[in-house]
Parts: sequence; C-alpha cells; structure tokens
Amino acid sequence: MIRLLCILFVFLAASLPARAATDVVEVTSPGGITAWLVQERGIPMLALSMEFTGGAMMEPDEKLGATTLMMGLLEGGAGALDALGFATRAEELAVRLGFSAGRSEVSVSATMLTENRAESLALLRSALIEPRFDAEALERVRGQFLASLRMDETDPGAQARHAFAAAAYGDHPFGRPTDGTVETVAALTRQDLLDAHARAFARDRVFIGVVGDISAEELGPLLDELLGDLPATGPALPEPAEVIDEGETIVIPMPAPQSLARFGHSGIHRDDPDFIPAYVFNQIFGGGGFPSRLSEEVREKRGLTYGISTGLASDPFGALFLGSVTSANETIAEALEVTRAEWARAREQGVTEEELAEVKQFLTGAYPLRFDGNARIASILRGFQAAGLPKSYIAERNAMIESVTLEDVNRAARRLLKPEKLRVVVVGQPEGMGD
Amino acid sequence: MKFLFVLSFLLLPAAAWASSPGAVTTSRLDNGLEIVVIEDHRAPVVTHMLWYRVGAGDDPMGKSGIAHFLEHLLFKGTEKFPGDRFQANVAANGGSDNAFTSYDYTGYFQRVAADRLDLMMEMEADRMRKLVLTPEDVATERDVILEERRSQVERSPGGLFNEQMRAAIYLNNPKGRPIIGWEHEIRDLQLEDALAFYRRYYAPNNAILIVAGDVEPDAVFALAETHYGPLEPTQGLEPRARPSEPPQRAERRLTYRDARVRQPYLSRSYLAPSRRAGNNADAAALSVLARLLGGSVTSFLVQRLEVEEKVMISVGAAYGPNGLDGSTFGLYAAPVDGVSLEQAAAALDRAVADFLDQGPDLEALERVKAGIRASEIYALDSQQSRARAYGSALTSGLTVEDVASWTDALDAVTAEDVIAAGRAVFRRESSVTGYVLPEEGAE
Repeated sequence: MIRLLCILFVFLAASLPARAATDVVEVTSPGGITAWLVQERGIPMLALSMEFTGGAMMEPDEKLGATTLMMGLLEGGAGALDALGFATRAEELAVRLGFSAGRSEVSVSATMLTENRAESLALLRSALIEPRFDAEALERVRGQFLASLRMDETDPGAQARHAFAAAAYGDHPFGRPTDGTVETVAALTRQDLLDAHARAFARDRVFIGVVGDISAEELGPLLDELLGDLPATGPALPEPAEVIDEGETIVIPMPAPQSLARFGHSGIHRDDPDFIPAYVFNQIFGGGGFPSRLSEEVREKRGLTYGISTGLASDPFGALFLGSVTSANETIAEALEVTRAEWARAREQGVTEEELAEVKQFLTGAYPLRFDGNARIASILRGFQAAGLPKSYIAERNAMIESVTLEDVNRAARRLLKPEKLRVVVVGQPEGMGD
Repeated sequence: MKFLFVLSFLLLPAAAWASSPGAVTTSRLDNGLEIVVIEDHRAPVVTHMLWYRVGAGDDPMGKSGIAHFLEHLLFKGTEKFPGDRFQANVAANGGSDNAFTSYDYTGYFQRVAADRLDLMMEMEADRMRKLVLTPEDVATERDVILEERRSQVERSPGGLFNEQMRAAIYLNNPKGRPIIGWEHEIRDLQLEDALAFYRRYYAPNNAILIVAGDVEPDAVFALAETHYGPLEPTQGLEPRARPSEPPQRAERRLTYRDARVRQPYLSRSYLAPSRRAGNNADAAALSVLARLLGGSVTSFLVQRLEVEEKVMISVGAAYGPNGLDGSTFGLYAAPVDGVSLEQAAAALDRAVADFLDQGPDLEALERVKAGIRASEIYALDSQQSRARAYGSALTSGLTVEDVASWTDALDAVTAEDVIAAGRAVFRRESSVTGYVLPEEGAE
C-alpha cells in the first residue's frame, strides 16, 4: 500500500519541473551569442550564470595559478575604476559578482536588482573586458592567495585532492594543482595575468543561463553589450586525459587524530549511453542525500565515519568515479576495508529491484526541487549547456531515469566498478596502512 | 492572484514593504505550538521546519553536546516509523531533510513537493513525543559524533582555537562550551541523558513550526492541528534562564600553537548585546559597524591595514545579531610576513580607535544601507533562508514583528549610533585576544 502511494506521488512530482522546462527560451543575440532564459517576474532581480571552457588546464606548467589569480583580480579594478572605485560602485548598485576558476572552466555569476540592471551589467562588462590588474591590487590579492596555498599544505582535503589528481592524470594538465603552488604564484607577473585572461575568455566557448525580470527581446542586445568585445575564438583546448587506473594505496603522513581518504578510478563520460544508468547506480551505492549502501554500512551500522560518499566526476576532459571518507586513525583501515568489500559486492551482485525502485522515486522527486530560486536555476541552465545537453533534457530527464532497467543499472555498475584498480589516497596517521 | 499580491508588495517603496508582514501569517495551537507560514508561490515546493527552543546553551553541566547528540538520535525511529523509515520516506518522496543544532535552538527540516507536506508533518509530529531509542543506537551514534568532532573541529587548527576562544570569553554562561561538546563529555553521554532532555524539551509548547513555500496558511494551520494538535505539552516548563555573565574585569589573552599553522593570525572577541524583543537598535548599530569596519574591500580596516599601511594580508569584523542571552563582536587580522602578532594587534587597535574618533564616512554608511535594502529583495529568492531568519529569531526570544522590522532598524542607524555602539562594546576588560602560531621553533 505504501509503495503504491509512493508511485502515485512520484507521478505527481515528475510533472513539477514542467514550468521551468516549458519556460526556458533559447535566446540568440544579434551578435550570435546564445543563452538559456527563464523569465521570472516575481522578484525585481536578475540572476546571470556563465562559464567559459578552458580554465586552469590552459596554463603552461610554470604559470600554475595564473587563472585563479586572474579571476580573483577581475574585481580588483577595471576601466576607469581602481580597486576601491570598483568595489564602491558595486556596493552602490548592490550588485553581487562572483568570479572563480576551475580545472576546465572559469565561472562568472551576477545577481542584480532590476532597477540597477543597465549599470550593473556595464560594471560586469568592464570587469570581463578591461580588467586593470594594477600592481597594488595584484600584490594584495596575491598575498591572500599565497596564505591560502600555505594553509593548504596542512589541509588533509587539499593534499588528498592533489595527490589523487597527480596519480590519476599523470602528465595531463589535470594532474596539476588547479590553484598552482606557492612557488609558481609568487613568480606570476602582470603579463602572466593578461595572458591568462586572453586564454580564458572567448565567445566560442561560453555557456549562459539567465533567470529573472527580463524578456528575450531585452536580453539579446544586452548579451552583445556584455560579451561582444571578447575575442570570437580562443586557443585550442587540450585533449581529454587518459586516466591512469592502477590499484594502489598512497599514504601522506599528517599529524591529526583523523584520516581522510579519497578513493576511486576512471569514471564514465556524460555522453556515454550508460551515463544515466551509472548515475542511478552511484546514487544507490554512495550518493548523498539518500540512505546509500556505503553510508549504511560504514556510518549507520558501524559508526566509523560522519560521512562517506561517492560521485561521478564526469568532466569531459577526464572522467573519474570518486569517493571520500573520514575516520579516526585507528579505524580508517576498517572503513576502507568495508568500502572495498562493497565495491566488489556491487560489481559481482549488482543492485536489487527494490533499491532501483526506491532510488528512482528519490531522483525523480528531488529533481524539480533543484529548480528553486533564480540564482540556482540560472546556474543549472548554464551547467546543462556546458554538459552538452539539449534544452529538451530538462523535461525528459525524469523519464530517462524512469526507463532505466535493472539490467541497465547492473551493466553500468559492472562497467564502472574496477575493484582491482581502486586507488586510495590517505592523509593522516592511519594505523595498519602503508608501512 | 497570490502571485499578484506578492508582486504588489514588492513594488512599494523599500522601507514600507520591508516592514510589511507581506505573505507571513502566524497562528498558535492550544497546546502551545507556534506556527509561522511564509508564502512563496513561485514553485510547487515547500520547506517544513520544526524548531525547538533548546540548544547547546541548555546542555546540563557536565553533559556538553547532549542537545546535538539528541538531534542525531531523532533519526533513529519511532514505533510508527521505525528505523530509517523517516529518511527513507523523505527520500522516496524526492525530498531532502536535515537538522541543525545551535546554542539557542535545535531545528529539523524537509524540503519536498508542496503536496507532501501532510506526510512530513505526520512524521515530524510523531517523533516529537514518541522516539524509540536502544542502547545500540546510542553507542553507534556516539562514535559517529566523535568522528564528526574530528572532522569539524580537530581537523584544522582554527577549529580547536575557536573552542578555546569561546571558553575564554564566557566566564559563567554555558555558551562557552562547544555545541558538539567536549570530547571527554561526549564519550560519557548516555541513553538516559538523551531521554531526559528529550522528554522535557521536545514538546509543542517549546516548539515553533515554520512552513515556507507554495501553501495556503489556513490549510497549513488545519494540517498542523491534525498532526501536532494532539501532542501533550510539557507541564511546568519554565521560561529559559541560563547562567549569565558577571561583570568582566580582566582582559584575557591566549596563545594557541599548532604544528599545522602556516599563517599566523590573531582574533579578538568582545562580549556584545544581541537583539531583544522590541529593541533591535543596539544590535542594528553593531551590525552596521561590523560592515563598515571589515565587511568588504571598501571597509575601514581593509583600506587602512591592507591597502594603506600594508601590514595585513587579511582583516575583518564579524557580529551575529541573534542570541538568547547576548552575542559577541569579533575582529581578526592576519599580518604580512615580518609583522608580529603583537604589532598587528597594536595596528588593529589604533585603526579601531581612529575609526571611533573620526566617525564613519557617510557615503560608506549609505552604501551599507543600500546593500541591506537589496538583501531584502535577494532574500526573497531563497525560501529556506527566509524560513531560517524567522526560526533563529523566534528561538532567540524575538517576535515576528522584530523580524519584520529588522531592515527598518538597520536603515535607521545613524553615524552617532555606530560610534556609540562601538564605544560601548570595545571594552578590553570584556574581551579575549587570541594568537594562533606554529609550534615554537617550527618557523
């Protein structure tokens, strides 16, 4: 009876994202820039989310960190405004700007009031097109950046991330620390930032989501004003990485009462026909927000951790299936042993019909809840485009989840899981490991 | 229709609509449960939150961490929804759920499609009075919490240092203890401790229900009556009164050393007033002061110490206006290489003294207020943060009217108010200054 009700609920829930789905308009500006727009008049504000493919992987080895520092300095003065002038203007307009650098993209977000829209977009345009990289602002932001890099030296999460990437990606740019090192960042010059800027921004690699108090007709010309002065094309992107799969355990000693482990191997690409089944499998196995197998075995039954999870890191330039767990130095070995056993069990036995039914209810019901708030929707629209998904995906996604069969999910699990290739990086003072 | 209503109140001038209750409706059940409904009809989604007026500040002496421990245990099931049925039901309905513990409150929430509110209320009401706990649940969850403590507190030097700072700023108030608890006391927490705390404080007359989203107030009140209405209140629950601070007469100084420290910094904490029901003026002035001093690149301390004198890598100010029995005002500073923490502290003190002597730049004050007014509009974009604003205020002794008038209170702050509030709070005898350094000889 309960199950029947749940299925009915899910049917109702599945209809929820309809509003966002039917209301997404693809806008192409007179100058040829494309954006996905949801018009939302309820609040007098506009949320804009953009990403440009490229990011830190475009850097030469000796300029690591240039992209992150460059993005951090876009707010540090532009056009006629120095750092103080720029920040003052942003405060007067109450516009919220966000700039960040990732491994394979740079991201820009802006939230603004409708009444200040034109001025806010002009300020953002200035930051994107004509940043100054003044010496004064450069040294100030570099100082903060170096302090955070030094702090990363004793941060278990950062150390595990770096070690795993280096081992999994080898000589590919993905094997390097995205934010660079103390040495490379200390040596960066203003010219390096100008170069990083030129590598990062071009109109042929941008994905844009817009939500708010604006019509398609109004948005088109604004996109041209905002981005029209960027170069039409940018430098060639690197080839995707060949992930190095090798079963190994790497221990990085660090004085702390708890160990942090990062584990995984190659994953699955977004455009692989088995991606959706693999996504469903991951949710059952170690996905967050759901009573996953790993969480049940490692946390609920044994109390070995506060949190364990896995995820598909399906970057088009190098896909991984990754997990992480923290546990006391005395118990991390046991937590990893249980994890390994689950890895092997899931590969050999797959998941059950019941697990599949439950996870479908969860995934299809949770999906529309993501479309919550202008800023979040803008970011989702941008992300779907960057992942190469068509506009129709928004409406069809839940049906795609529903149509996954037990055979599909277990086939995907067998492809995805490579127990003998599991690489484990442990940071801490783990007992019974690595000596 | 409702959509139009929301729209129309937004079109009113900022000061007028900010103080308007807008789409916020309240009610109260006979058993004492307070209800707040915040309408947001943009998407068919609802946030269902139950807040208890009890938190880590109410942990009995020697039992630090019990409020937080109980928060974890509330997910262990009831007779009607045994084991992990609660979370499984939320997940099966595509929802997300979680809980949080602070000094003044413990809260539980689910986000689901609006038509699942009934089930969420049924389950949340059920675990208010009918939790079933076994010794095994308690033992396993204690281990999970010790892991949480290692992850959240012990993993970074900053986490351990902050605990020492709190312990030093409060001479008598139990808020000097960590929310998660001291490790040795967590190890001793027992099933009976959790149950005693639960039976006393988890009751309708000690709770506030907040429902935000695509709902009608009357329908919410009716559902609440059905599910929460039959629950028995705790008799003899006295008004919350926790041990308060005596006059503080001596400034305190700490030095924390940790081999993992790579960037030395200092932190200063002053005892400060919080918002009081019907009187938000002091807290509003302190909130504005924190933004003027250290809230952004344009702020006084950043301009003076990072840009002009170039003695700091990073400097900031922080103040939390909510708190059942007071709050703290914080300053922090990380000096550049070659500047000692003693020198940094002296530079920071000089800068703050100069700020109080000169008074704030009036244009800067205006920009802070523009930001505050815009925040009200941006806040409408997040259903969950609106619900949290009400929950944290109401569990800190404030009223719905205080929440509604908070933007007005901030907007009314004058330059004189800012200076007066700063002079009243920046008393060294009610402060702690902490230095964070690498191990001696490690540099």
